[in-house]
Amino acid sequence: ARELTQNPLQKTWEPYDNGLPAGHSAQRGVCMTNCPTLIVMVGLPARGKTYISKKLTRYLNWIGVPTKEFNVGQYRRDLVKKYKSFEFFLPDNEEGLKIRKQCALAALNDVRQYLSDENGHVAVFDATNTTRERRETIYKFGEENGYKTFFVESVCVDPEVIAANIVQVKLGSPDYVDCSNDEATEDFMKRIECYKNSYETLDETLDKDLSYIKIMDVGRSYLVNRVMDHIQSRIVYYLMNIHVTPRSIYLCRHGESELNLKGRIGGDPGLSVRGKEFAKSLAQFINEQNIKDLKVWTSQMKRTIQTAEALGVPYEQWKVLNEIDAGVCEEMTYEEIQENYPLEFALRDQDKYRYRYPKGESYEDLVQRLEPVIMELERQENVLVICHQAVMRCLLAYFLDKPAEQLPYLKCPLHTVLKLTPVAYGCKVESIFLNVEAVNTHRDKPENVDISRPPEEALVTVPAHQ
Amino acid sequence: AWASYMTNSPTLIVMVGLPARGKTYVSKKLTRYLNWIGVPTRVFNLGVYRREAVKSYKSYDFFRHDNKEAMEIRKQCALVALEDVKAYLLEECGQIAVRLFSTKRTCGGFVSGLSWFSKHVSLPSSQVFFVESVCDDPEVIAANILEVKVSSPDYPERNRENVMDDFLKRIECYKVTYQPLDPDQYDKDLSFIKVINVGQRFLVNRVQDYIQSKIVYYLMNIHVQPRTIYLCRHGESEYNLVGKIGGDSGLSPRGKQFAQALKKFIEEQEIVELKVWTSQLKRTIQTAESLGVTYEQWKILNEIDAGVCEEMTYAEIEAKYPDEFALRDQEKYLYRYPGGESYQDLVQRLEPVIMELERQGNVLVISHQAVMRCLLAYFLDKSADELPYLRCPLHTILKLTPVAYGCKVETITLNVEAVNTHRDKPTLNSSHLPTSQSPGRMRRSSLTPRASAAVEKRPRHHSVGSSPPGPPGP
Repeated sequence: ARELTQNPLQKTWEPYDNGLPAGHSAQRGVCMTNCPTLIVMVGLPARGKTYISKKLTRYLNWIGVPTKEFNVGQYRRDLVKKYKSFEFFLPDNEEGLKIRKQCALAALNDVRQYLSDENGHVAVFDATNTTRERRETIYKFGEENGYKTFFVESVCVDPEVIAANIVQVKLGSPDYVDCSNDEATEDFMKRIECYKNSYETLDETLDKDLSYIKIMDVGRSYLVNRVMDHIQSRIVYYLMNIHVTPRSIYLCRHGESELNLKGRIGGDPGLSVRGKEFAKSLAQFINEQNIKDLKVWTSQMKRTIQTAEALGVPYEQWKVLNEIDAGVCEEMTYEEIQENYPLEFALRDQDKYRYRYPKGESYEDLVQRLEPVIMELERQENVLVICHQAVMRCLLAYFLDKPAEQLPYLKCPLHTVLKLTPVAYGCKVESIFLNVEAVNTHRDKPENVDISRPPEEALVTVPAHQ
Repeated sequence: AWASYMTNSPTLIVMVGLPARGKTYVSKKLTRYLNWIGVPTRVFNLGVYRREAVKSYKSYDFFRHDNKEAMEIRKQCALVALEDVKAYLLEECGQIAVRLFSTKRTCGGFVSGLSWFSKHVSLPSSQVFFVESVCDDPEVIAANILEVKVSSPDYPERNRENVMDDFLKRIECYKVTYQPLDPDQYDKDLSFIKVINVGQRFLVNRVQDYIQSKIVYYLMNIHVQPRTIYLCRHGESEYNLVGKIGGDSGLSPRGKQFAQALKKFIEEQEIVELKVWTSQLKRTIQTAESLGVTYEQWKILNEIDAGVCEEMTYAEIEAKYPDEFALRDQEKYLYRYPGGESYQDLVQRLEPVIMELERQGNVLVISHQAVMRCLLAYFLDKSADELPYLRCPLHTILKLTPVAYGCKVETITLNVEAVNTHRDKPTLNSSHLPTSQSPGRMRRSSLTPRASAAVEKRPRHHSVGSSPPGPPGP
């Protein structure tokens, strides 16, 4: 049997042969994808295809599956500098058809580059793809390149929903930058008409061998056919849990804790005097916001629970919301970590996302642990999550689509509430500081991350504490 | 449990479908899964009620839709069953009742039956979730009949052909009045999932809450392809030898021997496309290394975290933390090590493993004692009380094969000696407990919510948190 060596950054055991890492062993990230997956959106304009593409891409990237979306409309905008009118989309407009086909092929080419050359795992092909013929072309493309193809169709006939979509995302589109709202709406409705006659929805009989999900009426019902593998199963589950009902998510940390004051990480301390003040301010803030049916979630650590207690409303405790486990470094100051574990301290600065504390966790582990929270946040409406610095960074990265390198350095100061409201294709953030002073716990990445660095250079970014 | 159920209303799952469509199979499997994740669930099978009412089954004639006397009996059975469902949900604090509903219904009849039920059980219709199984593949149906009907109490003496014949005629009786769930018109306001051809296709309508969403996800991941799951622990470790729990030690010499024996065993089994999973602790990885095949490491398969007790022996724990030691023996499932985990936490952590095991074919999972107990409890439907005491000795493989409504287990000892790491529940009396701890604080299922001022009955969205257990602990 081969010898095992422990990777110093991630603390994982890897086999090696003559000093070199060997095969046969794989890390189970959250998702193991064997061959790349091509997700193909299907549906008339203003049915939420781009909304779903972007959201799905954001989710998959967050859980660690490299994903990229390819919006054919964007390719068209790049090629045809100025949009004139819906007539471009008329089914008998030869010139228009030629350009649109060209754009689709250019996008597919980029898909191939991403999946085959750039180590992408999932590509989301965002276009109407409303004819069986077009879908066949794409399916063949997938087969030729060894991709699994999964269709996501959005079907909606509710005129109110369509009108709302147009207002949310079409009026502000580059296509309509010079038009009035009425002009834009009228043109867009005519654009939709151009597609309707040739629209062939995914059919239970004709398309019975394809893998797909058909979403009806913004999630009232779903038809799911031939889910082939783990990633498709996760995608289906995710799509079935998201909704578009307006709501807000409030993220904040527990009030300042006794250990925060001393510059110590982890542990299970109670709130400091100022922390308790914050809890009261939070209660007042929540009251003033007048939020309908607000759910309150905490971790199972004392400091978040104490904070929630001050609100005087029912709350739920989630163990998975507990702060990152710092293992042997629990309850230490950064100075102590530098003194006792200088190598660990340096490794962490080198790759803070993947770095796992000895006998503890990494941000990467934290993301996997938090996935059920994200899923449930998607299901819920108004929620206040009272958690911890590393946890809040992970949740925030999901909502604001921040990549792994930035995630561990997102600013989540104490006594500050982040109010997130979904809008158009993204998320509006409001930062509300509740006017109760607290220590700063944010440690920026220092310039020198070398393991041979002198202590002062390691500690230069440590925030002040008692 | 990790779902906040004290303020949530219960759910009634109603199975729908012609005979031999897998309703009982799905009911039992779903019930097993829900109970394992901590949602108290029970099955109410109309066939069982009918068999009690009509002592001896004669033939399919009983099921003819024009057999008035039989109809009366079947209606009575349905009412009795509903009464029991009501008792379970309301009085016994069950959360979910899965009811095998006969397929005979007219639109009006069922709706009025349901509103009768809603009135009596005060269960809003949104808390009823239908699971319909539709299948038109005659091979699947024939296989079902052979698998489970031939051995049914209805057919004690008959030979296969007669059974098949009678049962197919029984199905025909139902077909006359069968009205599948109709998402476009009559049933568009109901919450349901329609499973078509054993999971090839699904239609999902109006999922209302967290638990229905979990049920849908589960049903979409299970399959009925024959396969085998092998569960075993890592080979004996250095820490095992000295009685230390937890840690991340390597294999002892005997542990390495076991790994070799495991390799030989796996080769002899000649398993098609076997996946091998380990934890991220050295001892399981070392064991897998000997197999010479590709394996996947899962952090969530790591052994239970014993917190402050990590790397101690039981004797050391008893000496240093006598109260903790006693508490653990009182309620081993719920007990959480200080700074560590409980078996209950472990189950929550392992849920994605179970889900992926359901999706997969042949898998060998090399894990740890507590982890293996949790997985085994899922497959063998063991309660939370039994789970922490299931026997999972070192150097022993459990081979699990799904069969009929359950799971066949074969125990294979690989003839390499190892220490025994199993600790039975000692016969303590509660006088060992400090007076500040009363057993009543340790609850079985969901944690009781903190008594807050007003707990309004809101339309319920289940979620995965749990309400605080009472006054903060020591």
